[in-house]
Amino acid sequence: MPLVNIKNIHKKFGDLEVLKGVDFSVEEGEVVCLIGRSGSGKSTLLRCINMLEQPDEGSIEVFGEDIVHTKDINAYRAKVGMCFQQFNLFNNMNVLENCVRPQVKILKTPKEEARNRALLFLDKVGMQDFANASVNKISGGQKQRVAIARSLCMEPKLMLFDEPTSALDPEMVQEVLSVMKELAKEGLTMIVVTHEMNFARDVADRVVFMDGGVIVEEGTPEEMFTNPQNEVTKAFLSTY
Amino acid sequence: MERFIQNILKILNTYGSSLWLGVKTTLFVALTGTLIGLVLGLIVGGIRAIKLDYNASKASKASKKAIDILLNIYIAIFRGTPMMVQALFIYYLLLDYIHWTYLQAAVVVISINTGAYMAEIVRSGIQAVDVGQSEAARSLGMSNWQTMMNVILPQAIKNAFPAIGNEFIVNIKDSSVLMIISITELMFQAKSIAGSTFLFTETYFIEAIIYLILTSIAAIILNMIEKRMNQTKVSLPQSVTAPENIAYAVEKENIGGNSDYASR
Repeated sequence: MPLVNIKNIHKKFGDLEVLKGVDFSVEEGEVVCLIGRSGSGKSTLLRCINMLEQPDEGSIEVFGEDIVHTKDINAYRAKVGMCFQQFNLFNNMNVLENCVRPQVKILKTPKEEARNRALLFLDKVGMQDFANASVNKISGGQKQRVAIARSLCMEPKLMLFDEPTSALDPEMVQEVLSVMKELAKEGLTMIVVTHEMNFARDVADRVVFMDGGVIVEEGTPEEMFTNPQNEVTKAFLSTY
Repeated sequence: MERFIQNILKILNTYGSSLWLGVKTTLFVALTGTLIGLVLGLIVGGIRAIKLDYNASKASKASKKAIDILLNIYIAIFRGTPMMVQALFIYYLLLDYIHWTYLQAAVVVISINTGAYMAEIVRSGIQAVDVGQSEAARSLGMSNWQTMMNVILPQAIKNAFPAIGNEFIVNIKDSSVLMIISITELMFQAKSIAGSTFLFTETYFIEAIIYLILTSIAAIILNMIEKRMNQTKVSLPQSVTAPENIAYAVEKENIGGNSDYASR
């Protein structure tokens, strides 16, 4: 049974129908990259998976649980990590506190234990030396790595990445991608919305191309990048 | 001119202690009023800013709406009527039930009045916090309440600090209208001094100078606090130049400001 199982979801923003019936599933341990033009609905699909957007129709099951109708959405969200394009580190906390506070408040982890775990994951993303830095004094790439560490501290079973490198200067993209590669190698289930085609080619188990609110084509990176079947996919990939 | 200065010195000499009492009362009323008003404003502004979860029950949605309406009425009344009238009305309204002193009534009135303004200040402070902050908090699994207390309000207070400090300065001056219920603040003291000495110009000149000194000192202290708060906030300019972002910005404009839907 797939870890994420989405059936026929629709989502409208006012008159704009962003998702027009999407079926999508992810197996445990799989790394799936969502690609497509801006406005094709890939981020909305991702945001529906932890209910930051609520679908108008259709069903979403994650970990075998119906999350559209779940009573305790917060308990569910604690099991799903999410990284944003704009990092969204808490501005009123330093780097370490960003990783400690959610554990203490949500998982009720004792402070000392939370601190140790935070340092462990900050070390993993290479940010341990900045533990006491203000989040406004570190670079974009560093912020995104801290954001990843903050999510990892919650020990998520699934990670969602919403264009994690799109707001970064080119030289910082690699440091974030290499952390993500590491996670993929460790077998974490990841869904990544990205414009980094090289990352998709190297790391993804499956690439999903969306256009106009539907999934147009999906397959292994090899199939998708060397031999796309659909005309729209071809046109899109040729721009890279 | 010489007479003027002599008279001033005379007043200061004879009535120095009652002016000092006036200063103390004014500061006490203004400070407690601002602090209690801030707490009220945080509660009212916070409640008004909470957006219920999509899966909240119908009953809680209805009660949230009812509470919002009540809070709006509170703000409309206390921002829309003079504090002098509020002081008189509330003092006499409750006098029979709680037998309070003038000073107690004054603190209550100025607190409730300030709370109405603070609620709006807090609300605008909350609105200035990037929507991504609450999205990140919610995505980690924080409840509405945890998000508000841990992430939104601390930043909102920081955003709103200049306006909050401004309320304190306004209160130093506006507490003068509370003389109407005979509390011994600066205005009341000056009026009685002027009444017994008949040195009206001199007395009110002194009073004006004292108010000016109080508000200036308050402004300096507030500035210092603000600077200290911002010291940790110096942020390097960060440009967003990746081509995807340009496309994304254009696209966002086309859709029109749905700010809840910021990062696609």
